[in-house]
Amino acid sequence: MLKVTDIEVRYSGIPIIHNVSLEVNKGELVTVVGSNGAGKSTLLKTIAGALHPSKGTITFEGKEIHKLSTPDIVQLGITYIPEARLIFGPLTVEDNLELGGFILDDKEELKKNLEFVYGLFPRLKERRMQLSGTLSGGEQQMLAIGRGLMSSPKLLMLDEPSLGLMPKLVDEMLEAVSHLREMGKTILLVEQNVFESLQLADRGYVLQTGRTIKEGKGRELLETEEIRKAFLGL
Amino acid sequence: MLVIDALLQGILIGLLFALVALGLTIIFGVMDIVNFAHGEFLMLGMYAVYWTNYFLNIDPLLALPVSAALGVLLGLASYYWLIRYLLRGPAIAQLFGTFGLMLFLQYLAMFLFSADYRMIDKGVLVGKSYSIGPFIFDGTKLAAGFLSLISFAVVYYFLYKTKTGKALQATAINKEAATYMGIKTDKMNALAWAIGGGTVGIAGGLLVNFYYAYPMVGILFVMIAFACVALGGFGSIKGVFFAGLLVGIIMMIFPVFGQIIGSDFLGPHFKFTIVYLAYFIIVVVRPQGLFGWKN
Repeated sequence: MLKVTDIEVRYSGIPIIHNVSLEVNKGELVTVVGSNGAGKSTLLKTIAGALHPSKGTITFEGKEIHKLSTPDIVQLGITYIPEARLIFGPLTVEDNLELGGFILDDKEELKKNLEFVYGLFPRLKERRMQLSGTLSGGEQQMLAIGRGLMSSPKLLMLDEPSLGLMPKLVDEMLEAVSHLREMGKTILLVEQNVFESLQLADRGYVLQTGRTIKEGKGRELLETEEIRKAFLGL
Repeated sequence: MLVIDALLQGILIGLLFALVALGLTIIFGVMDIVNFAHGEFLMLGMYAVYWTNYFLNIDPLLALPVSAALGVLLGLASYYWLIRYLLRGPAIAQLFGTFGLMLFLQYLAMFLFSADYRMIDKGVLVGKSYSIGPFIFDGTKLAAGFLSLISFAVVYYFLYKTKTGKALQATAINKEAATYMGIKTDKMNALAWAIGGGTVGIAGGLLVNFYYAYPMVGILFVMIAFACVALGGFGSIKGVFFAGLLVGIIMMIFPVFGQIIGSDFLGPHFKFTIVYLAYFIIVVVRPQGLFGWKN
């Protein structure tokens, strides 16, 4: 479905990603793990069209997308849920969700998606008329994910959904991700919680200083010496 | 009685000030650009209605669509032919860019229309006044206040109740996040300029019913609009509405106080001093403005 081939990405002239390739198939939960500064967020932003690779190609359902703008990529069915969440603070929870479905014209589908999001995160329904800037960190993350689901995306890219949350909420968030996977959504997840996310994922990629150094089935990756040493301290 | 009269007059003119400042605050909110040429859009809106009235004998109030359309076109032309290129440069380039546009439009008007002061003398409401209870209102000012309020309400409804309006707000709040929703921010920028130009065009068309049109008229009103935008909180729609009213009321009421206590210091010629004084005080006490959320 998504195929990233040998991309190099520069940020103000300096290469952040040197050589990364990855693939996500329909219905898969793929995770990219790596330490801070490995280029995980840059990778997602590049797929989302916020940055453009200086080398290599990105294709989605067979179509080259690495030269397209972000709104065009959203239109094709890829949503990116940024690490910083970037919710629209002065607007209500429901307005935020409606904006998530901006590209949809079908009112029925929007309504269905709204119900789906409220079912996934009932707390958002309780607070639907509240200004989203007044939500707690965990609720803001739920809103960011919910907003990303509103456009019925074919591929959902999640950037560190558990960042800055307390442990209980981290589990809740990862549970929601695995729930989405079970419902057949295709997800590309970037996480610092190496252990949890590799356990959840079908497949994983390990990124180090802008290169994919390892790939494999989620649980199998966890068994490898390098991962245990580098990330889990075992 | 005098005070209440001044209050009512202040509200009427304040509604017009709010409409003038609305476009400025929308453009600033969406793009972080201060449009120095905003007053010149107003000036050209005034001329649009003046000449339509002069040559075609159309009532100035019925000529409003002409000034609105001219305003929209001016806004779009400025965005597509100038601002879009300035965005690639530093912030200072945008500042000088709109400043340059202001000078260009001023001297263009001077060249086309000369520096004469022009006033509309024919129209159903021109020169008429109506008494409501003990208060007497100029027909043109009543119409200006009322139609300003309606225009403001239409824009408000658009921004807060329609999908495109909400997308415009989202773009103002966080451009990057808006693109992740699939919103084309370039289109939203253009829309902000179209609304900004259109509303100030209407304001100009209303103003020319009771105020002279001349090439430099924009400066006077754009300075008031800047004060309204800052008072209300940069980018705030509600803020600019109440700030407009506040400025209108302050401006009309202080000379009345001066009259009552017989002081020359509060005379009509100092009314702008009082407005800017109020602006200074609020900026010092509450730098984000009355309703501001930006910064």
